[in-house]
Amino acid sequence: MLIVMLFLYLPILTLIVLSFNEVKSMSVWGGFSLKWYQELFQSRLMMGAIVNTFSIAILAALIATVVGTMAVLGMAAMKPRTQNTLLGINNIPMLNADIVTGIALMLFFLMVGAPRGYMTILFSHATFCIPYVILSVRPRVNRSTDRLYEAALDLGASERYAFRKIVLPELWPGITSGFLLSFTMSVDDFIITYFTRGAGINTISTLIYSEVKIGIRPSLFALSTIVFVVALAVLLAVNVRQSRADREDNTLQTA
Amino acid sequence: MAELIRLEGIVKSFDDNIVLNGIDLSVDENEFVTLLGPSGCGKTTTLRIIGGFETPDQGRVYFNGVDITDMPANKRPINTVFQNYALFPHMDVGENIAFSLRVKGEDEKTIKKKVADALELVNLKGFEKRRIDQLSGGQQQRIAMARAIVNEPKVLLLDEPLGALDLKLRQEMEYELVRLKKELGITFIYITHDQEEALTMSDKVVVMNEGYIQQEGTPQEIYDEPVNAFVADFIGDSNILSGVMSDEKVVRIDGIDYPCIDGTEEGFPPRRKVDVVIRPEDIDIVPYGKGLWNGTITSKLFIGVHYEMLVQSETGKIEWLLQNYDQHEVGEKIGMYVDPENIQIMHKPKSEAEAAIEIDL
Ligand SMILES: Nc1ncnc2c1ncn2[C@@H]1O[C@H](COP(=O)(O)OP(=O)(O)O)[C@@H](O)[C@H]1O
Ligand SMILES: [Mg+2]
Repeated sequence: MLIVMLFLYLPILTLIVLSFNEVKSMSVWGGFSLKWYQELFQSRLMMGAIVNTFSIAILAALIATVVGTMAVLGMAAMKPRTQNTLLGINNIPMLNADIVTGIALMLFFLMVGAPRGYMTILFSHATFCIPYVILSVRPRVNRSTDRLYEAALDLGASERYAFRKIVLPELWPGITSGFLLSFTMSVDDFIITYFTRGAGINTISTLIYSEVKIGIRPSLFALSTIVFVVALAVLLAVNVRQSRADREDNTLQTA
Repeated sequence: MAELIRLEGIVKSFDDNIVLNGIDLSVDENEFVTLLGPSGCGKTTTLRIIGGFETPDQGRVYFNGVDITDMPANKRPINTVFQNYALFPHMDVGENIAFSLRVKGEDEKTIKKKVADALELVNLKGFEKRRIDQLSGGQQQRIAMARAIVNEPKVLLLDEPLGALDLKLRQEMEYELVRLKKELGITFIYITHDQEEALTMSDKVVVMNEGYIQQEGTPQEIYDEPVNAFVADFIGDSNILSGVMSDEKVVRIDGIDYPCIDGTEEGFPPRRKVDVVIRPEDIDIVPYGKGLWNGTITSKLFIGVHYEMLVQSETGKIEWLLQNYDQHEVGEKIGMYVDPENIQIMHKPKSEAEAAIEIDL
């Protein structure tokens, strides 16, 4: 186990250490310095990529969350057979290789003649995130949510009030994990972005890819470190949420 | 008493499965009516139609003489205690109870007072800030009651509210429910599959099976005069036998003729096939040969105040269940006698299958 952990984390650790290295070397430690971070923040190219990556991630996650949640609610009103079919269809894009999705989306944009750029990346990301939102919100809509909704109506609430006060809080854990999952998926993505971006627009991943071809600068280490830290933070947030929700479910069951 | 709710010819099916087969029911103001029947007989569906959560395929629902069949649930002056309580898990006890008051837009002071009063009524004073998952089953049940009555509905619907509780708690809650009902002075429509619950609490019991109402009446009537074998079997231990009217006011069971008090006038002419109920406590033990028929005691069990015995009849086909205060030994040969009044003659049960057979006859 320790060895596995070592293999997994040592490279990342090396990367982080090197990003604080004074000299531009991959083997010699020249003392602690923030100069690569400085270079990073001064580079218009890199800053642009960072802004693109995170703004696309947030917007795509937002869109996917709203659309996915509405899809789940729409599905809940359908017959069980239809629901299962739809869920099956929903799973396919997730199993699909990214490269297929990427090329398919590119062809689609070419066909409709959409100029490829920020909007096409955003659209693509929102699209491939929707299934994940559906997958995380859907389990929260069940018999017990139905019953709670009916109980609210029984107590005189309007449909809208019952939804807002009773159903939404029930779905909330699913909605937030759907959002966070979408966010990380979007930040992580390279292949789909690569095929759906236009010339002259970069996200962090496509930028690193093209920079690596020219030659690695330590400021890329700094960039990667930032991505890693953000991903770690989101992951921790998801885990904390999850374990808290589990604990609540457990106490509910034993009560 | 004034009629409050009336169901007229309610028919309901899910897909191709007919769940309610023409239910007619009348509930008076301030009455405690219990729908009693085995699981799956359509009790919950009936209640959901009254509450406004299902629309019947046919038939109408009236409230105070007004047709409310198409009125949405949130407009009906009817509240429900749901089978699994359906308490709102993300709200504390106080907020759960306050829900309907907030919907109505009552002011904060009134809400606080009414919530406190409701909690006191269900003997959970000061529970406002508790979380739902900190409550025991019995407490959740009481909170569900409090939440349903805080807004003073005209009718309270209760779907097996005691079903999830253990026996002792259940008996305690039966008294509580009757007390609450008295204090509130509102109509209760109560669902259970437990005959003992139904008989102890209700003013009127409605026995259901397979989407039909089999019989309705006071607990006493249901117990003493079940109209068919289904009801008799469902309400307590009984000897239920198939027989045929061999003569006017004589029924033949297993080759022996028994005098009874039902005849052509009551709808049981000679040669009609019938079901017969004889309650175990109505069979008297007399010396061998002195009764209507004879048998041998095959087993004996002392249960509290009386003995329960199984007796094999001499004709051999029937095993009788007897309850008696006197002690008799296993193996003893006895005679048995039943007063004609205690022989309950009944029509064959009302259900789709049986109805079809009856037409064939
Ligand atoms: N929403 C539904 N969809 C399909 N079948 C249902 C639905 N609700 C109830 N049923 C069926 O109707 C029958 C009666 O159910 P119910 O009224 O809940 O019975 P009870 O409360 O007496 O146990 C059952 O066979 C049940 O499976
Ligand atoms: Mg039920």
